[in-house]
Amino acid sequence: MLRPRIIPCLLVKDGGLVKTVNFTNPKYVGDPINAVKIFNEKEVDELIVLDIDATVQNREPDYVIIKNLAAECRMPLCYGGGVKTVEQVERIISLGVEKVAMSSAAVSNPRIVAQAAEIVGSQSVVVVMDVKKTGRGCNYDVWTHNASKPTGQSPVDFAKRVENFGAGEVVINSIDRDGVMKGYDLDLVKVIRDSISLPITVLGGAGTIKDIAALIHNFGIIGAAAGSLFVFKGIYRAVLINYPSRAKRDALINQVRQDG
Amino acid sequence: MITIIDYGLGNIRAFANVYERLNIPFIVAKTADELKAATKIIFPGVGSFDHAISKLNNSGMRETLDKLVLNHQLPVIGICVGMQMLAKSSDEGILPGLAWIDGTVKKFDAAVLKSKTQLPHMGWNTIHPNNDNPLLLNLSNDSRFYFLHSYYFKCNNQNDSIATTEYGIQYTSAVNSKNIYGVQFHPEKSHQWGIQLLKNFAKL
Repeated sequence: MLRPRIIPCLLVKDGGLVKTVNFTNPKYVGDPINAVKIFNEKEVDELIVLDIDATVQNREPDYVIIKNLAAECRMPLCYGGGVKTVEQVERIISLGVEKVAMSSAAVSNPRIVAQAAEIVGSQSVVVVMDVKKTGRGCNYDVWTHNASKPTGQSPVDFAKRVENFGAGEVVINSIDRDGVMKGYDLDLVKVIRDSISLPITVLGGAGTIKDIAALIHNFGIIGAAAGSLFVFKGIYRAVLINYPSRAKRDALINQVRQDG
Repeated sequence: MITIIDYGLGNIRAFANVYERLNIPFIVAKTADELKAATKIIFPGVGSFDHAISKLNNSGMRETLDKLVLNHQLPVIGICVGMQMLAKSSDEGILPGLAWIDGTVKKFDAAVLKSKTQLPHMGWNTIHPNNDNPLLLNLSNDSRFYFLHSYYFKCNNQNDSIATTEYGIQYTSAVNSKNIYGVQFHPEKSHQWGIQLLKNFAKL
């Protein structure tokens, strides 16, 4: 039976790993390759690496870092950050990355999703949408450029659009919940889940393994991604790369299935 | 020597890493000339069917590969789209496949899937080995592998199907006919289970 995925998400800035809160105050947490080595030993389901500078600085993805990461990863790797063209997507895939994520490029030109899917296949084209609440109620906007530019698009419309253009996965990244560690925004996930049939990965808010259990309990097969949870330990947020053991993950998934 | 085919697609480095850690010698071949020392062939693949077939056709290795696999009968394993390319054709494209195994590649049809599923089939799933194939030695029913695909291999000869996986339907996730093998999942990214399978392949 297919299992939900539990995915560490690593943020890269100036070649180092950082962790943010609400997309601001990046705190240095270590070396990316070293983190991957630890995650290898822990047999993680999958890994997401996002370069948070590339688009803002309007520069090319750092192919050297990507190549080194792909070479080190014993698990599937999704890379995002600064990807604007089909040529870049193809080049990143050729470095040994399984999936390439696009964000602002898919907002300004959704056709790039279709063009990339034609070359590398839909299964390798991921769209990350950074989502922020707009005032009261359940209204959300998609933002780009590290949460500095609102697009005026609703995440539901955007998700439907990229699905139609052939995306293989949507990552819902909550700007409001980033680094806060108080739980995922389940209302947001629900409206997206009800409107598309693509695999979804949720990022932003996981503070404990219980938050992941709650996500899986509500949505079954889903990607549960987290940054802070897997790089910090304890209330003082000491840096410690961690990930639940296979026995713990199995117990969590079995428990949710029994309850479900 | 185990030879990993590099025609510009697939995670060559991931296979190399596994064999380096196992201390099993291998080489990577980018040209027909570099295929000379091959005794076993790993044939990776990601991307869309036509793109992968065109890349292979333009690599200059296609003819030599046909000869090594069909005449010299070297063991070969196709991975993911590499497995799908073993078929005669695919719903995903218009170019003919390698036709090394009698079958065609179909798209998962949301209308016939028995449970509500999402496409692509993405993540960790189990395989059900259905015979004592040496490729699947020491891999039991609960072996987990990473899958990432929207199309699947449909065998015309059921004996060629050596493992199945459940995703809305029960479909063939590993094939074998004579010296030719294929797996839909990614053993190079499947931790201990993938390492076991690649070790088994090295011993064929």
